[in-house]
Amino acid sequence: MQLTLWTYEGPPHVGAMRIAASMQGVHYVLHAPQGDTYADLLFTMIERRGQRPPVTYTTFQARDLGGDTAELVKRTVHEAAERFRPDALLVGESCTAELIQDQPGALAQGMGLSMPVVTLELPAYSKKENWGAAETLYQLVRNLLKAQVPEQPQHDPRAWMAMGRRPRVNLIGPSLLGFRCRDDVLEIQRLLTLHGIDVGVVAPLGAGVSDLQRLPQADLNVCLYPEIAETSCSWLERNFGMPFTRTVPIGVGATHDFLVELHTLLGMEPPTDEEGYQCSRLPWYSESVDSTYLTGKRVFIFGDGTHALAAARICHEELGFKVVGLGTYSREMARPVRAAAKELGLEALISDDYLAVEAAMAEAAPELVLGTQMERHSAKRLGLPCAVISTPMHVQDVPARNSPQMGWEGANVIFDAWVHPLMMGLEEHLIGMFRHDFEFVDGHQSHLGHGGGRDSAAESRKTSAVVMSEEEHGPRWTADGEAELKKIPFFVRGKVRRNTETYAREAGRHEISSETLYDAKAHYKA
Amino acid sequence: MGANLRKEAGPREVFCGLTSIVWLHRRMPDAFFLVVGSRTCAHLIQSAAGVMIFAEPRFGTAILSERDLAGLADAHDELDRVARELLTRRPEIRTLFLVGSCPSEVIKLDLARAAERLNEELQGRVRVVNYSGSGIETTFTEGEDGALSALVPLLPSTDRRQLLLAGTLADAVEDRLIHLFAKLGIETVCSFPPRQSTELPAVGPGTTVLLTQPFLSSTARLLKERGAKVLSAPFPLGAEGSRRWMEAACRDFNLPADRVASVLDPLEQRARMALEPHRAQLSGKRIVLLPESQLEIPLARFLQRECGMELVEVGTPYLNRELMAQELELLPEGTEVTEGQHVEQQLDRVRERHPDLVVCGMGLANPLEAEGITTKWSIELVFSPIHGIDQAGDLAELFSRPLRRRQLIHPALHPQTAHSSIHA
Repeated sequence: MQLTLWTYEGPPHVGAMRIAASMQGVHYVLHAPQGDTYADLLFTMIERRGQRPPVTYTTFQARDLGGDTAELVKRTVHEAAERFRPDALLVGESCTAELIQDQPGALAQGMGLSMPVVTLELPAYSKKENWGAAETLYQLVRNLLKAQVPEQPQHDPRAWMAMGRRPRVNLIGPSLLGFRCRDDVLEIQRLLTLHGIDVGVVAPLGAGVSDLQRLPQADLNVCLYPEIAETSCSWLERNFGMPFTRTVPIGVGATHDFLVELHTLLGMEPPTDEEGYQCSRLPWYSESVDSTYLTGKRVFIFGDGTHALAAARICHEELGFKVVGLGTYSREMARPVRAAAKELGLEALISDDYLAVEAAMAEAAPELVLGTQMERHSAKRLGLPCAVISTPMHVQDVPARNSPQMGWEGANVIFDAWVHPLMMGLEEHLIGMFRHDFEFVDGHQSHLGHGGGRDSAAESRKTSAVVMSEEEHGPRWTADGEAELKKIPFFVRGKVRRNTETYAREAGRHEISSETLYDAKAHYKA
Repeated sequence: MGANLRKEAGPREVFCGLTSIVWLHRRMPDAFFLVVGSRTCAHLIQSAAGVMIFAEPRFGTAILSERDLAGLADAHDELDRVARELLTRRPEIRTLFLVGSCPSEVIKLDLARAAERLNEELQGRVRVVNYSGSGIETTFTEGEDGALSALVPLLPSTDRRQLLLAGTLADAVEDRLIHLFAKLGIETVCSFPPRQSTELPAVGPGTTVLLTQPFLSSTARLLKERGAKVLSAPFPLGAEGSRRWMEAACRDFNLPADRVASVLDPLEQRARMALEPHRAQLSGKRIVLLPESQLEIPLARFLQRECGMELVEVGTPYLNRELMAQELELLPEGTEVTEGQHVEQQLDRVRERHPDLVVCGMGLANPLEAEGITTKWSIELVFSPIHGIDQAGDLAELFSRPLRRRQLIHPALHPQTAHSSIHA
């Protein structure tokens, strides 16, 4: 039993709903009590869909438990099949139905329905949403393709050359309630078109049953979101010999690596690294002089595995930030995230407890947070600027404009989204220069709005509290020390205060004067 | 009785009783609601409540794991551990609600026993009570009925002559109603649930109960068993309903009718004025209320009698004929009232009859909008201060605004040629 106040991922059957709702002609009969229908609002409200997700719930009640819930399952399956006439039917159960063991999948299989019936077994008490989505896509792919599996896979990803057609790849993984999937698909399609590569099937987003059945006709699979797609891609590799790409094209470097990996697998001449420099603005924007101030900005990163890994690489290699925290709630991705953190000299945080994440964030004292919507709220409480990089989805993560994360345009979007919450370079200097002018209001937030900077009222409240408590617990600020501290720009003042107090305590000083402040500054810069 | 009552069964699209935690925890800031359930329960509440606005919410879920189910861990020991962990972290909590869920009910985890055990251990420092908000037993607002029912046995006894308002009200609305009752001549008015879980109102033979909400069947029964008299009246939605509701209390307190009228007449007049612009918008418009909050019947009565709307169909998740008797009498002859739901068949009827406005849950709103049918979320009706005579105009606005918005933007944005859904 685990105390959970908030959770990054829903239960696994919500993952199954994401696959069903992403596709065309797939219907999902879910053995579940009333109340579980809340999940519809994830699609209709957050994703702003004008369609109900294709899910029929049995909505059994306590009084049904004494009777025949199996009969209820059959009736519901029958009605759903009649009404919606899907090309494939998914049948599964939510957490409560799992306990009463009606085996709805087996019941449906025995009904002699005309469409393929795919049974989903998603253990609700040990697995979560992304796992459920991956498993559902895999079961669909496996069931719809098992008749086509060759005895001996003979797949050549370079066969397109001899066939006199352009190379063709599938994009696997984009789904509803996935972070910017809608826009990533467009961007990757555009990127591939520029390289003369056709897209065969995009799945699950927008795919029908017949699309899944022609997956093996492509030369290889592009695994866009490993959390959702890797199980299916691996199965296609093992059974059909179709290779799949491992690089997720988020960021300039990763997009280039992705193109090289793809071209090499397809037997094409890989592009040079000039392409990224020419096609994306991120490289030049990052090199331009205004970005000098980005150097060494402390960044805390937390999200799903795919986006956290991508963010770490972009921050470290492309924006010149210093990654001071890296973590994920995706346990399935713990291994690569741990490895990436280790390379950055960090220990990865693998947790689905948002309070532990908030504590780690505070501890790391970052200047920018890249996280989920929950980290955005935690960052706000800590007075830190934040950009959202990952699910769980919020209505704001489905913008009206095109806003991909992947490819060259994705890199542009990322530059803007991560850099704008910070104070711009020139502006930072100007505030430093003019802060003693009478027109200048301390706590000036510039374009940051409510998102960044420390609220000056909160700071002064905190000041008095600190002064009072320090009398008992630690070093006391002299008037001269306080005056010197005031000269420091407000957005770093809190950090300087903390550092100086830590220094003074460690050095055994009882008072903090302006000299102590400079001593501390020298100590931390050294 | 004027309404034409019909029952329907099939797949339902409604929230379960856990959802009422969303407003209950705001009413009692010193209480914590601990759901004993699954990840689905946790996800449901956070999705319905937009939880992220809280630093640390005063509700949470003790998520059952495979170990608990397989009997590898004693679920009771585990629950004790989680409750202790929670109370250590939140020392300001005075009442802990253990809330049963579908999975905890199915595995028959005895939360009453757990509450008893924890009460013994905590020795009055924190009071622990239990109720079920499971979807297999409760629909949406019935969760509040469960929570209040769990508190009734803890209410102190009194013989004092008093009026008890039962059902969660917005604080401002409660203040206003207490003020009005004082003006009418009822000085002693208390509320249940109270604003602090430790300040439970007393109850006894001198207590007259007015239900502020129509979904408190079991609470009403238990209050009667404690000696209170539960009045039968329309519910305090709209000017007419609120007036009749207050008048019922005044009659029970034997207040002179002319004095009551002298207080209420100007209020009603003012409410009619506030209603007028909305009535102009709503009059003659056709509405369907899909079942969810149990407020559907009183709202239908208000919308028909005070706003001039035509009732195409009024759904309700279930019907307590006794509590709803006066409301049903006020509905026009032949009004179609459907108890229960077959969501597909009900939506077929909606499409066929094409009403001007549909009151529905969040899962159905955008899909209906995309089909060209204007909607109003039912959940907003349980979060907004809509009770009382002074709120009648605001209540009407909740329904007129979606129609006004459509009139405002539809001509400019919507292609004249599109006949079918374009956002689906």
